[in-house]
Amino acid sequence: MITGAEIMVRCLESEQVGLVFGYPGAAICPFYDSLSQSKIRHILVRQEQNAAHAASGYARACGKPGVCVATSGPGATNLITGIATAYMDSIPLIAITGQVNQWLLGRDVFQEADITGACESFTKHSYLVKDVSDLPRVFKEAFHIASTGRPGPVLIDIPTDVQTAEIGSFDYPQKAEIAGYRPRTQGHAVQVRRAAEAVRKSKRPLIVCGGGVVSAAAREELISFAQENQIPVVSTMMGLGVMPMDSPLYFGMIGMHGHENANRAIHAADCILLCGARVGDRAVNDPEKITEKSMIIHIDVDPAEIGKNMDVDIPIVGDVRLVLKSLAQQMGAAPETGEWVRRLARDKAEFVPHGTPQNGTGFVEPRSFFRALSAMMRENAILISDVGQNQIWAASSFNVKLGRFLTSGGLGTMGYSLPAAVGAKLAKPDRQVVCICGDGAFQMSMCELATLCESGAEVKIVLMQNSRLGMVWELQNRYYGGRCPATELEGNPDFVALAGAYGIRSALADSNGSAERLAREMLESRGPFLLVCRVDPGAPTL
Amino acid sequence: MKHTLSVLVENQPGVLSRVASLFARRGFNIDSLAVGTTQNPKISRMTILVDGDDHLVEQVEKQLNKLIPVIKVKVLEPGAFVSSELTLVKVACKPKQHAEVLNVARLMGADVIDVAAASLTLRFAGDEERSRTLLELLTPYGLREVVRAGSIAIEKGSGVLKNNKE
Repeated sequence: MITGAEIMVRCLESEQVGLVFGYPGAAICPFYDSLSQSKIRHILVRQEQNAAHAASGYARACGKPGVCVATSGPGATNLITGIATAYMDSIPLIAITGQVNQWLLGRDVFQEADITGACESFTKHSYLVKDVSDLPRVFKEAFHIASTGRPGPVLIDIPTDVQTAEIGSFDYPQKAEIAGYRPRTQGHAVQVRRAAEAVRKSKRPLIVCGGGVVSAAAREELISFAQENQIPVVSTMMGLGVMPMDSPLYFGMIGMHGHENANRAIHAADCILLCGARVGDRAVNDPEKITEKSMIIHIDVDPAEIGKNMDVDIPIVGDVRLVLKSLAQQMGAAPETGEWVRRLARDKAEFVPHGTPQNGTGFVEPRSFFRALSAMMRENAILISDVGQNQIWAASSFNVKLGRFLTSGGLGTMGYSLPAAVGAKLAKPDRQVVCICGDGAFQMSMCELATLCESGAEVKIVLMQNSRLGMVWELQNRYYGGRCPATELEGNPDFVALAGAYGIRSALADSNGSAERLAREMLESRGPFLLVCRVDPGAPTL
Repeated sequence: MKHTLSVLVENQPGVLSRVASLFARRGFNIDSLAVGTTQNPKISRMTILVDGDDHLVEQVEKQLNKLIPVIKVKVLEPGAFVSSELTLVKVACKPKQHAEVLNVARLMGADVIDVAAASLTLRFAGDEERSRTLLELLTPYGLREVVRAGSIAIEKGSGVLKNNKE
């Protein structure tokens, strides 16, 4: 005989899960008991939300679904922000929650919460398992749904009595059979041919690279398509780092916080190839102005994204990697883009990077610091930014070469970077992992310093301390007559001492010179490190 | 403009809530929604009426397709389907008016399902327009209670909405 809890563990093993992030509680105890008998490593976070963020960082760094576990009621509801974050950024995630015994369902007993109902809007799909014999099928389906098509989070809610129930044997299905789920991966041949012709005939083609390119692992295909056809590339925040930023065909990040020359490029193009980009309002402010002047080709694995925010001339539903491959085969002659590329290069040269290093003022100038930091980090390093000014400084000034830039682009979740960095480092122990945060965001998840210590993940943290919620403060200054309620952080602790209390090495930088010296020391040191950079409270985002 | 969608879904608990939640979250307004099982007990069919332009109905269709328990979605072509809805109506009606109301019922093809001293209750099945006509004809007598089940629709001809699984 085998229990439901043992089946859950066997399912995870069958999916080659080696690591889960979680926080136990009574309703998930049977599972934890079985997990302790398995080789699967469990990372104990200090708050459930961070289990979801850590699993999401893990998934983004290695491409496999991340797994997080919580108990019923408050454990499960604490996961919601992490699940919603993964949903908005299309991250494959499996969230396992314990539930009260089935005979108590719907009676508002201690620690009961309708978590599948609560997560309806934030999951790709969810399950409430009522029969122990359904567990293998449900797990198989969940992993399949989370990691195929447009990736996303799947929740599995399992009552305690299902975890303790027994059945005769464990048999993991080979395949998931779901009638209503057949993601299309190959682009429609006719549409691909039409797209190739449109690109070939265009004078000013432009690729807009979004997060979908990362999800589809289409980096190589995108780079080679751009290079072979000499098509310039701009990126959304979620697509940062796909195109090496030192490439002569790369022209920066579009959007509200993007580079002006990149925004100009998208308005001047006559043929735009949207690759896995959902045309969010922060990336493209006025889609109508662009569609008026340009032919729009949109490649996305999720048909619902095509035409949602921008009218499209040639829709192609499919996996960006496969579509770009077949598009490359259909291209034939490359378009003549010499003049267009030169024009964009002139534009880019006009755009002077913001920020000059500051010494002797008591502050670190953030944008020039990020340029210096990227020069000293390894080519394949993973940089994880939080949300706020630190994110915009990093996104617009950090130079991603062969590495990755991870951030909560869709939901904009503060407190994301530290737990996500722990997950990313555990997924890729050989890669340098640096997390960037502001003093607001850091305080939303600084309890995870304990997880960092316990897990032994060698994450380096750069804390940009300007003692305010800088992004909102800027907004208040611009649109609320300079009245800035509730955005100054008066009660900040001594962050260096705080790190010390956890036994984490730490240092304070008060000039660009000292910041660069200490950053080098941080990168060369072993173990986690917290570098606090004191930033002028008035330092602007752009 | 009103659009009629025919949707095959897996017959599981929670599916209706997923569909309803999708409409709520995306700000789509449902005009009418009717659900029932099909000849296959594992599959239910929903008929959904939404009011909006082509862009909206395209979004509704695509978003519905994203839901895992949704097997098939079809926007029915105007003129290419027949529809019907069930209406129960309690008409205020003194005994001396019975003949008149019964006459309206007979002309419209409604059944009398309950008779009381001061009311007659009719049951009517027909498309939305005929239901409306019936209610208009009964209004002068006084409509005490009206219950409508929402429209269900089926395509004309021998074509069927296929479940890809079968």
